[in-house]
Amino acid sequence: MKVTVKIQRFNPEQDSAPYWKEYSIDAEPTDRVLDGLLHIKNTIDGTLTIRSSCAHGICGSDAMRINGVNRLACKSLFKDVGTTVTVEPIAGLPVIKDLVVDMEPFMEHYRAVLPFFINDDPAPQTERLQSHEDHQRFDESTKCILCACCTTSCPSFWANEDYLGPAAIVQAHRFIFDSRDHGTAQRLEILSDPDGVWRCRTIFNCTDACPREIKVTQVIGEVKKEILYSKL
Amino acid sequence: MSATNSPRGFLAKTISYKGGIGHWSWILHRLGGLGIAAFLILHILDIFMVGVSKEAFEALLFIYHAAIIRPFIWALLFGVFYHAFNGIRIIIQDFWPHMFKYQKQMATAVWIIVLVLVIPLIGIDIMNLLTHG
Ligand code: FES
Repeated sequence: MKVTVKIQRFNPEQDSAPYWKEYSIDAEPTDRVLDGLLHIKNTIDGTLTIRSSCAHGICGSDAMRINGVNRLACKSLFKDVGTTVTVEPIAGLPVIKDLVVDMEPFMEHYRAVLPFFINDDPAPQTERLQSHEDHQRFDESTKCILCACCTTSCPSFWANEDYLGPAAIVQAHRFIFDSRDHGTAQRLEILSDPDGVWRCRTIFNCTDACPREIKVTQVIGEVKKEILYSKL
Repeated sequence: MSATNSPRGFLAKTISYKGGIGHWSWILHRLGGLGIAAFLILHILDIFMVGVSKEAFEALLFIYHAAIIRPFIWALLFGVFYHAFNGIRIIIQDFWPHMFKYQKQMATAVWIIVLVLVIPLIGIDIMNLLTHG
């Protein structure tokens, strides 16, 4: 099938503002948008800049706004997105070139929530075992691949880039509800900052955008409740 | 690198993002809130005029009676009801996060409740306008 791919282009070294460029390609309905973009780059216009790595929805490097919503290009099939596709960079992070954004502000928020295991108890001889029920408590948030689809779909983040954003909260949730971790109080303190969870307005764009189908808004809600009840 | 989060950029992102019902509910909730705030200021100004003089107070009353203003009053009516019921939905979802799975149904229910309440009220107002001018 014939597909028209409309891409937002921007090279800050040359262009004063982003502009749209259209490419017409042949694609199979089961081809992914990523295949289309790589085809354009490899055979039509080598100046197009994109980022991808695994091409299987695992590394999270090819998040972009496809037909107006955040998606992974490697998980979006042409038969689902249609024959006229608009592709633009995810919003709220500085554009380095074309579809590649600077992930550093996003990663800074990720690091801010202490996304690592904290437990100063002497290490046991065997693993730190955990019951199935205890694991289920945070299983949802282990699925995050840090693609930034959620954070850059969030109006609260667009309004205030200091807001930690859904992804950082999901990552914090993964440790806050881990029965083996001892850093909960520290993390809840960080997240109860004005730029923490309370900037979430329960809009649900993050849940709709997550390519891993994480119940992001629910996860954030659980953290909000934990902070609230820990202060009562 | 391009600048990101200016107020203009924020508006452009908000309008261009093709989010689901949650996105549009949030926009409407905010517009309703702004409408209520604007009307409240008008209302305070209006009441303040009583202290100035009876004539000054009555001069402002045209705002509520002029036919051309009525659609704004209806929009305000919708805004107040929408803001209230959507607010309740958000409170429910914040306190019972697992209700997230009914988000779309709840957002739709808000619309239905608000329309069921607002349409008859607007109807009554139109009837009054037609019979009493
Ligand atoms: S390229 Fe790795 S997630 Fe899409």
